[in-house]
Amino acid sequence: MKVLAAMSGGVDSAVAAARAVDAGHEVTGVHMALSRSRAQTRSGSRGCCTVEDASDARRAAERIGIPYYVWDLADDFHDLVVEDFLSEYAAGRTPNPCVRCNEHIKFATLMERALLLGFDAVATGHYARIGAEGPGGAPSLHRAANLPKDQSYVLAVMGPQAISRALFPLGGFADKAEVRAEARERRLGVSTKPDSYDICFIADGDTRGFLERRLGEAPGEILDADGAVLGEHRGTHGFTVGQRKGLGLERPAPDGAPRYVLDVRPETRQVIVGAAELLSTRVLVASALIPFEPLETGRRVRAQIRAHGEAVPGVIERIGEEIEVRLDAPVRGVAPGQALVLYDGDRVIAAATLERRA
Amino acid sequence: MSAVSERAYLDHAATTALRPAALVAYVEAAGVLGNPAAQHSSGRRARGVLDDALEHMGELLGVPTSWLLLTSGGTEADNLAIRGAALAAQKRDPGRLAVAVAASDHPAVLESARALRPEGLEVREIPVGREGLVEQEALGAALSDGAVSLLSAALVNNETGAIQDLPALSRIAHEHGALVHTDAVQAAGHIALPRIGAGEESPDLMTLSGHKIGAPIGVGLLVAPPHIPLQPVLVGGGQQRAVRSGTLDAPHAAALAAALAAAIGEQEREAARLAALAAQLHAGIAHLDPRAVLTGEGAPRSPHIVHALFPGADQDSLLLLLDQEGIDASAGSACTAGVTQSSHVLAAMGVDEELARGALRFSLGWTSTAAQIDRVLAALPQALERARAVRGLRRRSP
Repeated sequence: MKVLAAMSGGVDSAVAAARAVDAGHEVTGVHMALSRSRAQTRSGSRGCCTVEDASDARRAAERIGIPYYVWDLADDFHDLVVEDFLSEYAAGRTPNPCVRCNEHIKFATLMERALLLGFDAVATGHYARIGAEGPGGAPSLHRAANLPKDQSYVLAVMGPQAISRALFPLGGFADKAEVRAEARERRLGVSTKPDSYDICFIADGDTRGFLERRLGEAPGEILDADGAVLGEHRGTHGFTVGQRKGLGLERPAPDGAPRYVLDVRPETRQVIVGAAELLSTRVLVASALIPFEPLETGRRVRAQIRAHGEAVPGVIERIGEEIEVRLDAPVRGVAPGQALVLYDGDRVIAAATLERRA
Repeated sequence: MSAVSERAYLDHAATTALRPAALVAYVEAAGVLGNPAAQHSSGRRARGVLDDALEHMGELLGVPTSWLLLTSGGTEADNLAIRGAALAAQKRDPGRLAVAVAASDHPAVLESARALRPEGLEVREIPVGREGLVEQEALGAALSDGAVSLLSAALVNNETGAIQDLPALSRIAHEHGALVHTDAVQAAGHIALPRIGAGEESPDLMTLSGHKIGAPIGVGLLVAPPHIPLQPVLVGGGQQRAVRSGTLDAPHAAALAAALAAAIGEQEREAARLAALAAQLHAGIAHLDPRAVLTGEGAPRSPHIVHALFPGADQDSLLLLLDQEGIDASAGSACTAGVTQSSHVLAAMGVDEELARGALRFSLGWTSTAAQIDRVLAALPQALERARAVRGLRRRSP
């Protein structure tokens, strides 16, 4: 196959590209330039898309022996990921920009462009596996062998069609050290590069500061569940459901128990806080359903509501415009805007966007 | 990977193939031990190699040897000409507080001028018309207050190949007491070079670059008559009239002389040959894509550059697809770490930004052949179809 390998300049995508070559594919490396104003060099493990990252990707491609190009997708990234991130926070929701980027940039813009240019598939350094357990033996998306690194949750929004055009050559690696070792053996030059964390377009890691700069201050009240005013805040976008730290409240709760953000209401500039119990829910409601196979009510599933969380057992209660899942045991910190991914064993069967606690 | 020789290399404006004569000259001179500034026999021998090269280049350009300043390349020569002449002029006459540049000029020229702002100098960018030629009325107006010490305008534009009317521009500048510098790196070997310092219609300073004419990368030339004061950019041991310090580089000078001799010696014949190839490419493009806009078609153009705008096509995709077909072409404009920057040249010419995103530059040189042009014309239809489909990708609504 003619394969386009997305190369960030990091270890994972470099090894993935090399493995795609080993698998017999005709591979071309592409680095996506996603930032409109690129810094020259990386600082620490934050940020991405610096000129240095592009140069690392180029060196890796050279070493692997594949053609290499840079595609400027900065405008798409800005419009589809950064702007969405801001408007979601402004609406009191908690977006996951990596999920959004997978859905709209890597497995949409990049993949569509690749297919139009004559490529058959896109390979990335994500940790996930592709099986053949979809309807009628169609390709299916599974958790990676390396469970702590598993990225099937953030990939699920790519949907079932894109899976047939995706390659995840790292899905079978048991741990990251093996990937680094392989990068070293292949002399890819990126084997010691730190993993990237946090949100790539917030270089200093200060999400609240970023939101404040971009959305401005919009002061309002912090209330308890009964409507009593407990304090003030500089903008609802500084808060996310389930958040405990940084509430800025001087008086502790009467019972001394920690308080969490229960709800964010930008329309009235209110942040509601309360005890952990009030944050718990057994029912998940999510919209924008992307099914990977036919779903029916009453089906037992495992539901994951954040990137680094456990999938908890439950049952599908309702499927319509929205999907409703009743969990066996309550969970905490369901933040509207985050992805809900449903699993059958290690297989992704649906993705959706959490709306609210029922 | 196919061998380089099998590729259709059509990016000679970026750098051209090393001429065998230049390589031989370089290797022979590099084997000569001695610093040309040293007084002993070895030094004198190295100096002889350098002087031979300078004399040869002086003859080719019709100027005395003392007018030639060797630099590390075109960029350094542009910096020295603009910065050196502007600062020296202001020192002698504080009223000369501005420099003028053509808005379509190369970044080496534009940035050299802009770098003078912290020194208190003003930069006047002279607009160009739709064909990329400097607006002469605007130039006259910009120079009319007598504050401009130097006008810099490239003889041949590196993106579009447009040839400036240097005699006319020189006359206007000289009428207002301004010096004229021309960056002629794209002109050498393709059109006749102007005589420097030969009257009202002749420029006073000229930049040449080695690797654009078949010498190795790393050498350039500023033709600068000694009566024009230049403030040095590189200071040190006082070599080259104390205007450009640094150990004299005999091997690069020898290679540059050999390349210049070939480029100038073959210029007329080569220009006719390349003009025929360019016409073949022009006609082929017009035939296979009637929507294509051939840049500056009505204006005088260097025979080695074919610049076309393909409406609705994605430049980066075109370059990738042509590359896969063994064709090396270019977007024309600068590229930063792989990302093609929007073209300030096309913007200055008033080309719509969307249209400019479909720009391609094919630049020919001494190794170009008709078979290579055929190959481009064979590859373009499918590449265009796909590159247009990419641009047609509708952005999903956020």
